[in-house]
Amino acid sequence: MSAIEVALRSARDAGRKTLVPYLTGGLGDWTTALAAAADAGADAVEVGIPFSDPVMDGPVIQQANDVALAAGATPPGILDRLATLDIGVPLAVMTYANLVFRFGWERFASRCAAVGVSGAILPDIPLEEVGAWADAADTAGVATILLAAPTTPDERLDAICARGRGFLYAVGLLGITGARDSLASSAKVIAARAKEVTDLPVLVGVGIGTPAAAAEVCEVADGVVVGSAFVRRMLETGSPDAVGELVAEFRAALDAG
Amino acid sequence: MPDVPVMGDPGPTGRFGRFGGMFVPETLMPACIELEAAFRDAWGDESFRSELDALLQHYAGRPSPMTRCERLGAELGGVTVLLKREDLNHTGSHKINNVLGQALLAKRMGKRRLVAETGAGQHGVATATAAALLGQECTVYMGEVDMARQELNVFRMRLLGAEVKPASSGSRTLKDAVNEAMRDWVATVENTHYCLGSVMGPHPYPWMVREFHRVLGIEARRQSIELLGDVPDVVVACVGGGSNAAGIFSGFADDRCELVGVEPAGGAAVGGGVPGIVHGMQSFLKQDEFGQVEEAASISAGLDYPGVGPEHAHLAASGRATYPSVTDAEVIEAFQLLSRTEGIIPALEPAHAIAWVSRERASLRGRSVLVNLSGRGDKDVAQMMEILR
Repeated sequence: MSAIEVALRSARDAGRKTLVPYLTGGLGDWTTALAAAADAGADAVEVGIPFSDPVMDGPVIQQANDVALAAGATPPGILDRLATLDIGVPLAVMTYANLVFRFGWERFASRCAAVGVSGAILPDIPLEEVGAWADAADTAGVATILLAAPTTPDERLDAICARGRGFLYAVGLLGITGARDSLASSAKVIAARAKEVTDLPVLVGVGIGTPAAAAEVCEVADGVVVGSAFVRRMLETGSPDAVGELVAEFRAALDAG
Repeated sequence: MPDVPVMGDPGPTGRFGRFGGMFVPETLMPACIELEAAFRDAWGDESFRSELDALLQHYAGRPSPMTRCERLGAELGGVTVLLKREDLNHTGSHKINNVLGQALLAKRMGKRRLVAETGAGQHGVATATAAALLGQECTVYMGEVDMARQELNVFRMRLLGAEVKPASSGSRTLKDAVNEAMRDWVATVENTHYCLGSVMGPHPYPWMVREFHRVLGIEARRQSIELLGDVPDVVVACVGGGSNAAGIFSGFADDRCELVGVEPAGGAAVGGGVPGIVHGMQSFLKQDEFGQVEEAASISAGLDYPGVGPEHAHLAASGRATYPSVTDAEVIEAFQLLSRTEGIIPALEPAHAIAWVSRERASLRGRSVLVNLSGRGDKDVAQMMEILR
């Protein structure tokens, strides 16, 4: 079992709601920000590898991608930096199919394993197309984290849960990434549907913009993935400490239940 | 992997050889699966086919004529040149075939809203037209750069009742308009149909859009035989995403004809790209060493796309079709050549096909060449006036 799945399962067993912050690799002092997030109570962190055409991402993460790419971020460069990092919590990467395809499915999977990345989220590779990547990832010991959406029918949800590893990424609303002011009603619905059919930890992501929304969805879900709120903080302040402070606010809300 | 018949049904996974597929976020997968089933059902339904045929005939003006170009042929030193006149369709290009099909299909599926991307504006205008005809809401995404280049088409779309939204990220051209349209669709998929404008994107689009354009290939084959007594030696079309080429190639795929898709030198995905995955499909793609998608640059906004439809990638890989490229300078020459010799001002996109014929005139002497004249040049006249001044 991957390090990220072990960590999320043991947190759940201990009655703790899990928090997985996302930050864009190559954006400012991103490695210090990852460490700050871990220190502030993240259970794992997700590192975005910037892509030129991120169709699942809203304006904040698009901008972070553009800034990081302009600063020279590359997939091998980001993985190399992760190799030097020891922040005490598991690492996952999130990126798009073409960067991994270009790197080579097997080569990317083994490089992830070598630098301590234990899970990967590739949102434009659905169940139908995941075979080549997921087989390579399984062999390397990297979890293929699959998405389930509010539009996913029941039979499909079963199949996604069966093929997914690490945790189930339940998309909280119909739409792209980006903080919303309040929790979409679809978020708890998809979390509850997923919890019915899988033993994998179920984390809700996309649209979780506030500590209150995170706490609310965790009445049902095992945890949350939060991206745009932290990335915006990073874009606006450039300060890893400021990111850490916001992570701590989410942590406190989840612990207060 | 089983062999796909040449330009046949790519099956439920939408594979053309190793190309194609469905690389979209999970949110959109159920919609793509539903669309494939709805298209399969509609395409086999006589009543849908006759409703579409009636629109193509009485609204779009099909069949479009075929013109034999005596003066151009003589100027080229003895080439028999035929033009398939898609420029004479309503809205001025082949695009209307596909949008009428998709708008009718959306209506059949109970989707009240269409979203589309556009480069030069031709597909956007066509989609806005079909939406007006069928009483559907319509939102068109267009790169900010293209909105400035094609101001008149922006006005046309708004006149037709569509909302035109700028794509202001990345290169702010066609590929970014596709990104924005997909992002819109992710959020609105329950009541919205994505009316994609070329033979690209996730399955079933490459197949479905080709089938909606097959009508022009079928007509062209019949008309060629009427004019020549035989199919032409060579069939030529321009290729950005590749929809007009897919339509005309589909009429001749099982014949002996050479099939030639002409790409712009600044956006040659088949000629200059390598396999990649973007916008829902595996195909040839212009990209850097890490897989970041590169911007295309061509005189023609309609061909400014760094990828190409997956079936073209397969036709190239299997050797059934070839994909040479022409330069902007050759296109400018060809635009004038056809205008001067035949009294037909082509759009800059099919001027690429004419440019290839002109360049290859020596090897084409004594042979017959069918060119898909996919659109008319009105939209490009102001730009050409600046260039030629």
